[in-house]
Amino acid sequence: MIKILKYSFFDLMRSRWSYVYFAFYLLLGFVLLFLNTDVSKAVITLMNVVIILVPLMGTLFGVMYYYNSKEFIELLLAQPIKRTSIFIGQYLGVATSLTFSLIVGLGIPFLVYGIFKSDAILDFSLLLVTGGFLTFIFTAISFYIGLSNENKIKGFGYAIVFWLFMAVIYDGLFLISLIVFEAYPLDTFSLFASLANPIDLSRILILLKLDISALMGYTGAIFQKFFGTQWGVVIAMGVLLLWVIVPVFLIRRKALKKDF
Amino acid sequence: MISAWTAHSKTIEVCTTCKFQKIGDALASASANDTILIKKGVYKEFNLSIDKPLTVIGENYPIIDGTLKGEIIRITADHVTLDGLFIINVGTSYTEDFSAVRVVRSEYFVIKNLVLEKLFFGIYLEKSSHGRVFHNKIIGDAEEEFNSGNGIQLWYSHHIEVDQNIITHVRDGIYLEFADHCTITNNISRDNVRYGLHFMFSNDDLYEDNTFEKNGAGVAVMFSKNIEMYHNTFQGNWGTASYGLLLKEINDSKIKGNIFKENTIGINIEGSNRVSYTYNTFEKNGWAIKSRGACYTNIFSENNFLYNTFDLSYNGKLNDNSFNDNYWSDYNGYDLNKDGVGDVPHKPVKLFSYVANRTPEAIILLRSLFIDLIDFSEKVSPVFTPDNLEDASPKMKRIAHDHY
Repeated sequence: MIKILKYSFFDLMRSRWSYVYFAFYLLLGFVLLFLNTDVSKAVITLMNVVIILVPLMGTLFGVMYYYNSKEFIELLLAQPIKRTSIFIGQYLGVATSLTFSLIVGLGIPFLVYGIFKSDAILDFSLLLVTGGFLTFIFTAISFYIGLSNENKIKGFGYAIVFWLFMAVIYDGLFLISLIVFEAYPLDTFSLFASLANPIDLSRILILLKLDISALMGYTGAIFQKFFGTQWGVVIAMGVLLLWVIVPVFLIRRKALKKDF
Repeated sequence: MISAWTAHSKTIEVCTTCKFQKIGDALASASANDTILIKKGVYKEFNLSIDKPLTVIGENYPIIDGTLKGEIIRITADHVTLDGLFIINVGTSYTEDFSAVRVVRSEYFVIKNLVLEKLFFGIYLEKSSHGRVFHNKIIGDAEEEFNSGNGIQLWYSHHIEVDQNIITHVRDGIYLEFADHCTITNNISRDNVRYGLHFMFSNDDLYEDNTFEKNGAGVAVMFSKNIEMYHNTFQGNWGTASYGLLLKEINDSKIKGNIFKENTIGINIEGSNRVSYTYNTFEKNGWAIKSRGACYTNIFSENNFLYNTFDLSYNGKLNDNSFNDNYWSDYNGYDLNKDGVGDVPHKPVKLFSYVANRTPEAIILLRSLFIDLIDFSEKVSPVFTPDNLEDASPKMKRIAHDHY
């Protein structure tokens, strides 16, 4: 499995798209910090980008890489290698290389502008950690979608719809249910509803760490009480981890059963 | 009576080697219109009563240490001047408002150049009028609201001038209750546990050139009319229950040329009518203005709204207030004829701020993509926000407020 992981990783690291992805973050980081040397303000702006773009890139890369390397997978299947190793190895290769681009791409400009001397170091590392998680989550899900759909167009479609659902539609449904049930106490509901969506969860985790959390008033205070404690962080990280483990498990099950 | 008028006023000195070694003795034996000069030193005294017109001057800031036993100076006569004293250790009581200096039913007093530390209440004016509180420094050590007092308190006191005082770490910096025709100018009130300035039932007052900074809740103005607030700075009141300025039941007032910067809520308005807000700058607040309803015929014009998360939050669909000629950093219209006024009206209320008002829990969706999308679509074609709530003549450039 390690060999396949290594192979996919270096294959991707050599590919043009990885460079583009890496260069994009590098440029974004430098431009942001050039326009606004306040590191903690830059973290807020970056959050918006990370929350939306990282899942989208994870989704697209995952499904694209799966379809592109399908012939290679079939070749590997003919060899005496465990199926789990092939698929999980490939998935980890893609996800790791994307995370690598993200962390190094954003890390370099922030290092240059002195993130270690700033108070924002914790916020920034939280941003990178959630960014990494989001990459792993969305790559896994798109891999699973690719694996389940022979038809490329369908696979792409489902993957994009899934991203759209998590990034936009979920919040819409969330908001509608808040308005419909406004006569009821909604704090626990909104806490669980935001735990259930990795994008929302990442956004709230980062927001609560920033000054802007004061705007969230009473509701923010409840969230702060939950996420502010050691347990809250452990639970949040646990949920994110669960979002990685479940799709990986699904990939494994599908890979073992699938008839090529 | 006649002898008091004819006798020349004399100066009585108080020091460790003088005839009077205690301030209390000097006060008791002084006659009206005398001057008491307190030399540098430490005087452990409290319950000092000034019951005749005297001038009490400290030389090089003598320390009057109340040793936490109670009230320190009580003035019960007209024409008293206190100048240059360092007063510390006022007693704390839950039944009496012990204060460093209390003025009771007196007129024409001057309290200046005092330094107050370790206090419960600072300067307490009770049914006293025509006085001046000038250039004092009040440094408390308050941590909780329930066991701390106010810096300068005016109660049923009229025509008082409060000028150039610095007040920090007390409960309310300046507190006015039933105090009319007062002027509060050039004061700095910061880091107080509750309000920087707090006034209730006080009419016809002027607040000018004050700075209110990082107070627990900001500045609260309630149940008053004919208030003028000019050129004050409200900043750094940041926290879940903080605001720059709270207006509740304020009528017929003018708020002009103030700066509201980095507050969770710039101005929180409730039940206030016929108030004009002009030439103010709202910068980097969470909400610049939060209108909670029952606000009619207010005028907002020539203000700058710069980079606030929400410029305006509004309750309900009814709008009876006018928003014209303001500069909004959010405005993205155009100006074809180059007259400096945007050709497209600006809608200051975002849909999300409307929703978050109705369902406070929705604020948890702050800064999500969905919210940006609905805000954009609402801006293009308003459905939920009051359609007459708009600035028909938004300025294209930031308005210079220097000369107002």
